[in-house]
Amino acid sequence: MVNNGFDQRGTVNIEIAHKAFSGSKGTLLALKDILLTINPGEFVCIVGGSGCGKTTLLRIIAGLETEYEGAVFLDGKKLTGTGLDRGVVFQEHRLLSWLTVHDNVGFGLAGLPLQERSKEERSRDIRHYISLVGLDRFEYEYPHQLSGGMSQRVAIARALAGRPEVLLLDEPFASLDALTRMRMQQEILRIWEAERTTVVLVTHDIEEAVYLADRIVIMSPQPGTIRKLLPVSLSRPRDRTDREFVRVRKSVHDHLFAPGGMTNLAPDNF
Amino acid sequence: MSTAEQNPGLGWKGAAAESTPRPPANIGRIYIPDRLLGWIIPVSVLLAWELLARVGILPPNWLPAPTVVGKTIYQLAASGDLLKHVGITLARVAVGFLLGASAGTLLGGLTGYLPVARKLLDPSLQALRSVPSIAWVPLFLLWLGIQETSKITLIAVGAFFPVYLNLSVAMRHVDPKLLEVGRLYRLSSFQMVRRLILPAALPEYIVGLRSGLGLAWMFVVAAELLGASSGIGYLMVDGEMTGRAAVILASVILFAVFGKTTDWIMNAVGRRLLGHRAR
Repeated sequence: MVNNGFDQRGTVNIEIAHKAFSGSKGTLLALKDILLTINPGEFVCIVGGSGCGKTTLLRIIAGLETEYEGAVFLDGKKLTGTGLDRGVVFQEHRLLSWLTVHDNVGFGLAGLPLQERSKEERSRDIRHYISLVGLDRFEYEYPHQLSGGMSQRVAIARALAGRPEVLLLDEPFASLDALTRMRMQQEILRIWEAERTTVVLVTHDIEEAVYLADRIVIMSPQPGTIRKLLPVSLSRPRDRTDREFVRVRKSVHDHLFAPGGMTNLAPDNF
Repeated sequence: MSTAEQNPGLGWKGAAAESTPRPPANIGRIYIPDRLLGWIIPVSVLLAWELLARVGILPPNWLPAPTVVGKTIYQLAASGDLLKHVGITLARVAVGFLLGASAGTLLGGLTGYLPVARKLLDPSLQALRSVPSIAWVPLFLLWLGIQETSKITLIAVGAFFPVYLNLSVAMRHVDPKLLEVGRLYRLSSFQMVRRLILPAALPEYIVGLRSGLGLAWMFVVAAELLGASSGIGYLMVDGEMTGRAAVILASVILFAVFGKTTDWIMNAVGRRLLGHRAR
């Protein structure tokens, strides 16, 4: 990726001193000393075992977690809550069962002021993103008529419809079958290349990270910290059986499983 | 992407099905479509009942023949009494149900959305709910008299609770993951309710309306049995007083027919509202 020019937006600066959750069993330090700069148009994958705080980190960038010490900046502007400048895709598609694909994709646009985006522009955007994820024929279908992979495509289109500068994906393909997952990995690359947004994808699948990322953020738990930043310089399309690919994968694996990298003491769902 | 394309083994079967579009009939066996199966017992019972009544084994003042009951309904209709009684009963159910369901919707929506309202109101309403609604009758009669007000109040109380309860619980139990989607798009509280919470709660709300309507019918029977000078329930009491079993049976059938019809209408409206949503 060439990232020259001042007009390119989507720089994320993360400066989190710490983020703790307090529960019935006391407080748990989910994140500590996270310093990370993500470049415009960069594809970053955050890898780590359960409890390393990777989802929490993504939710902080999304603005869904607001109680923490520190700050996150998007293009130099401090983030305070959610916004259309960040598109979010969750592990579950979270589509609204009573809306068609078209209306689900346009769900977030309905609240925009008309002068910001006219009616015609909206419906053109909705069509564009439905088409981009390859679901033209399904525009007026309902979510229950779609497969898991298709639902996740709709979720991606919904996240993009707000024309975000950053696309945030939280284990988006984890609940898909292996073949669908591989196809969706190719798809997200194609979409990224077409849209040129910054992408942050959280995963526990090492191969997925090596296949997708420009840079891999390897995290370790208790407290969640960045263990290693690993640039991936393999050219795309990447071949999963290629010797270099396997080498990078092993390197990520070694970082993850090195002493202190993965402890199974951490509770789930953090 | 059809399965026939993917599975060549299905190919010849598809071709065979084209030449013989229907499966061969069951030769040597009586073939009864499934949807007729359910009619066997009621039709047989009716036939047996008619037969036994005509022969005189069943005393006519105790269990008159189905044809006699039918004739009674016809006579009631011809005299204009039927229209009068059915009309007043339907009006009571409609007004009572509308009042009860409206109150249930209002309070259910309030307690479902505002935790404060729930903490304030729900314990009292639950306490009232634990009183079997018929037990209110003497009090309603004392307060509101024997006229329409007490009857409609009783029906409204019956319709209120299922609507209130279902809406309140459904709104509270909307998947927090969907609410997060609303947060991502910075929906206001009002938009959150209108665009996420209410649509998500709609299926359960419709179930509540249907049970509320069912209870409205139950309570109209109670109200009319306990003191009325018109209505299908009054017809029943009149039939009992004058020893005409045919009138009582005719009233039972009328209740069943109209109760079922309104439920069917409500169900159709509900399906319409839910559209193509997965059930």
